[in-house]
Amino acid sequence: MFIINCPYCGKREQSEFKAGGEAHIVRPKQPTELSDDQWAEYLFMRKNIKGIQFERWVHTHGCRKWFNVVRDTSNDVIKAVYKMGEKPPTK
Amino acid sequence: MTKNLRVKTSKFIDETYKISFKFNGTTYYGYKGDTLASALLANNIHLVGRSFKYHRPRGIMTAGSEEPNAIVQLHNNTSRTEPNVRATEIEIYEGLEASSQNCWPSVNFDIGGINNFLSPVLPAGFYYKTFMWPANFWEKYEYFIRKSAGLGKSPTLPDPDIYEHRYIHCDVLIIGAGISGIMAAKTAARNGFKTLLVDEKPYLGGSTIYQNSEHFKINNQISSSWLEKEINEIKKIENLEIKTRTSVAAYHGYNFLLAKENLTDHIPLEQRNNKTRQRLLKIRAKKVITATGSLERPLIFDNNDRPGILLSSALEKYANLFGVACGEKNILFTNNDSAYETAISLYQKGINIEAIIDNREEIDSKLIKEIERNNIKIYKGYTVVDTSGYKRISKISIMQLSKDGQKVIGSKKSISCDCLGISGGWTPAVHLFTQSGGKLKFRDEDQVFIPDKYPLNQISIGSCNGDFTLDEILSNIHKTLKEFLNIKETDYENLEVYSSFNKSKRNIWLLPSDKLIGKTKPFVDYQNDATAKDIKLALREGFRSIEHVKRYTTTGMGTDQGKLGNMHALGIISETSGSKMGELGTTTFRPPYTPLTFGTIVGRNVGEYFDVFRKTPIHDWHIENKAEFENVGQWKRAWYYPKDGENMHDAVQRESKAARDSAGILDASTLGKIDIQGTDASEFLNRVYTNAWSKLAIGKCRYGLMLNEDGMVYDDGVTTRLDENHYIMTTTTGGAATVLGKLEDYLQTEWPELDVYLTSVTDHYATVSVCGPNSKKIVSQVIPDLDFSDENFPHMSFKNAKISNIKCRVMRISFTGEHSYEINIQANYGKSVWEKCMEVGKEFNITPYGTETMHLLRAEKGFIIVGQDTDATMTPIDLQMDWIVSKKKYDFIGKRSLYRSDTIREDRKQLVGLLTENPNEVLEEGAQIVADIKKTPIEMLGHVTSSYYSPNLKKSIALGVVKGGKNMMGKKLVIPMENKQINVTVADPVFLDKENKRLNA
Ligand SMILES: [Zn+2]
Repeated sequence: MFIINCPYCGKREQSEFKAGGEAHIVRPKQPTELSDDQWAEYLFMRKNIKGIQFERWVHTHGCRKWFNVVRDTSNDVIKAVYKMGEKPPTK
Repeated sequence: MTKNLRVKTSKFIDETYKISFKFNGTTYYGYKGDTLASALLANNIHLVGRSFKYHRPRGIMTAGSEEPNAIVQLHNNTSRTEPNVRATEIEIYEGLEASSQNCWPSVNFDIGGINNFLSPVLPAGFYYKTFMWPANFWEKYEYFIRKSAGLGKSPTLPDPDIYEHRYIHCDVLIIGAGISGIMAAKTAARNGFKTLLVDEKPYLGGSTIYQNSEHFKINNQISSSWLEKEINEIKKIENLEIKTRTSVAAYHGYNFLLAKENLTDHIPLEQRNNKTRQRLLKIRAKKVITATGSLERPLIFDNNDRPGILLSSALEKYANLFGVACGEKNILFTNNDSAYETAISLYQKGINIEAIIDNREEIDSKLIKEIERNNIKIYKGYTVVDTSGYKRISKISIMQLSKDGQKVIGSKKSISCDCLGISGGWTPAVHLFTQSGGKLKFRDEDQVFIPDKYPLNQISIGSCNGDFTLDEILSNIHKTLKEFLNIKETDYENLEVYSSFNKSKRNIWLLPSDKLIGKTKPFVDYQNDATAKDIKLALREGFRSIEHVKRYTTTGMGTDQGKLGNMHALGIISETSGSKMGELGTTTFRPPYTPLTFGTIVGRNVGEYFDVFRKTPIHDWHIENKAEFENVGQWKRAWYYPKDGENMHDAVQRESKAARDSAGILDASTLGKIDIQGTDASEFLNRVYTNAWSKLAIGKCRYGLMLNEDGMVYDDGVTTRLDENHYIMTTTTGGAATVLGKLEDYLQTEWPELDVYLTSVTDHYATVSVCGPNSKKIVSQVIPDLDFSDENFPHMSFKNAKISNIKCRVMRISFTGEHSYEINIQANYGKSVWEKCMEVGKEFNITPYGTETMHLLRAEKGFIIVGQDTDATMTPIDLQMDWIVSKKKYDFIGKRSLYRSDTIREDRKQLVGLLTENPNEVLEEGAQIVADIKKTPIEMLGHVTSSYYSPNLKKSIALGVVKGGKNMMGKKLVIPMENKQINVTVADPVFLDKENKRLNA
């Protein structure tokens, strides 16, 4: 069970959080302009990386804020956390 | 043939404290300090069980938690019975009753033993190959397999014991209190770390504590004496907590570990009442030191499983710790020096050793010299090729090994014995290390897997790290601890260590035999009866991956998880397939390391504490009025109110009729309520619901349908505009939490520019819903100040009001199709408003109804229930609810998905009404719907989602989803049941009052 450093509350146990899948997938501003394939790309296609992965998490049993997590899926080490809207760390 | 094999007093055994216990119905005696295994061995009992597949007689094999054979059932047929208890771990207490498992009628005469003689026809994968064909015979086979298989019996009575969970936070956790663990604990605690030391055994000191030989010395003292002083010292350290009888079951990431602390399993049953039996410790440690030791390996040769064959280290432990001789004519068989340590211990206790068989040709160490001085015969360069004795070993046959170790040469020689101690060297106990995510490497010199890459903040020390000898352990430990704990000094800088142990070893995974492998039974996994022959067969049949071989042969899949034989299985695969051990890798070691009881896992979360349940403010009234309840999410909802011995059907028919004829009352407090405020609230609703919200006037209500981004219906409910920038949304009872979560997600991540605030207010309000032609007469008496005229208060509108000065919100909305009102009031007034409605409603026969009647009434109107009539594959179009999908809005959640190539298919499953040919026949929900019963394979068109007998329409009605159902109006379909076929006609899903006259009546 991870310890996740919520950017608003600090370190808390994983059971307080929920994972929300891959981060930085932006909902298209004009969905009606998209072809079926383009819409499907947004709707269904997700990466499943062994290694550094950018993810969304929410502090469900805490501040209820969504934020981003950089996690190494091969050993579950969390490299960074940052708020929604912030730029992902480059290193 | 009971004999007393207690040899010499051991300080770990209290001979003044005699304990009687029963094994297979016979009474025996042991002493305080004995395990069941040591007490049985002292009574010269080796045979304790039968093996799983061949029902071969099996005896005690080890002296610890790795025991594969000696697993027993405790207190059979009582509420405290427990299967699969290792005799080597259970401490005896007065009144203990144990019995053998996996044998019938008795361990001495077992009918299943015939499998042993049938074994040529029971090779690996036998069950897979034989019983899967012909497929329809499986049921017959299964009956017999289930009957003759199984390890022990699970309890059938409620568990009388108490279990609990406890969190522990510490700076340093040390797993294992052997010499390494003790030294680590002292060092950590003395340096100010809050330290926890756990060990699965009842005593501290591991195997060193009963080491009693001049051959192992620390600072010129015998190692056990030196360690005893260390133990006495650490017991006095304040910031060190020590837990014995505590086994770590799981080691998860981020140093989160689960351990089972055993508190009462070693005391007599009558003393256990009201005490906590086992505790699940949830340990979060900043640093973890694993000192779990190592397990001795057996040797793999023909018939290596007879009772009386034990690990050599077990013979030593039984002699030194328990003062028990495992036999009177002992032989040791080894490929390394460990057996000589055992030999010296046995010799010191006066236990007879007939001979030592050593794989190695050239050996030389002080240990061996001492054995030779005492005239014990050593056969150097020999191997055991076979053993005899059915229920107890009586003889071994030995032959000389060829130079390359591949063959046996010369003539066979027999030596009689009643006990054989075997040693194949040592395997580091790396199970917890790998569970935590650690990676192993293979060390070629002595053929062991040792820790290589550690996750953060942990280290392995001692023999679980591959340091097997006392001098290796002690010369490394202080450096490792200093670096890991970041400290300057330890007490162990300049220890003088003396060890006679020589590390030479001749590793042969499968020892050669004079017979063909097909004629032998060299067991690799004792508990699952997997032999070397089975592994070779699996390889011949094309299995390559160790994980596949494991599953095919069942090697390592017993309750012991193959702690003894896994390495040999790997070794045999490696030798046979020519691949390197390091490249093969090991199978995954999964938690728990040793089995946990269900009681420990659930702790106090049993009975009414199994899950939290939520009650409405009116709950007590429902109880007083004998409601039956149903679980909806975590809520307890009134289901129906049986009167005068009514069954559910009768109660629901009566309630449904009363609601339409006069008045009904429903507790709707469980519906989710979300308060929505902000200048962008209307825009927000436009984006999350399929219909338009901007033009909804203040004081009006509207039904909304919410989709997922994939276009599928997610939730529904009525939302009311309370003010310009203020709405109250209702959700389904079960969907409340997830809907709030989803709305928050969109607000925070996709539309942070919107000025909207969401607050869950479900628990803040009680909701009393009164429906029926007389509902207006009732609520207008409850709220006399409010103008209930249709002009002032039409359907789908809302009013602020007061009941005796208490503010409330009244909505005129309906889920039943009747004229109805919902009164929302601060939760703690809910019950009094309900009671007031009941009181004034008396003259109108106001009838409380539960969820079942609510479902029936809405089905008459063709209203859907999300989650019952929908299942995350239904779009609003599939539900024939096109009217609620705005064509004008540019976007809303799920809109784009409504015209994907798949969602516009005409032959999707669509919601329709179903009427049975016989109006009294009520369909079964979930029943399949077909068109042509004769077509094969029969084509399933859909299924029934809701079905009731309608007392108001006096006929059976149902909703269902049918492929292309929209265009099937009037078509006849068939519902095939087990014993009959039911003819139905596709109909409009609105069965009652299509013109909505009743809403305004
Ligand atoms: Zn937080």
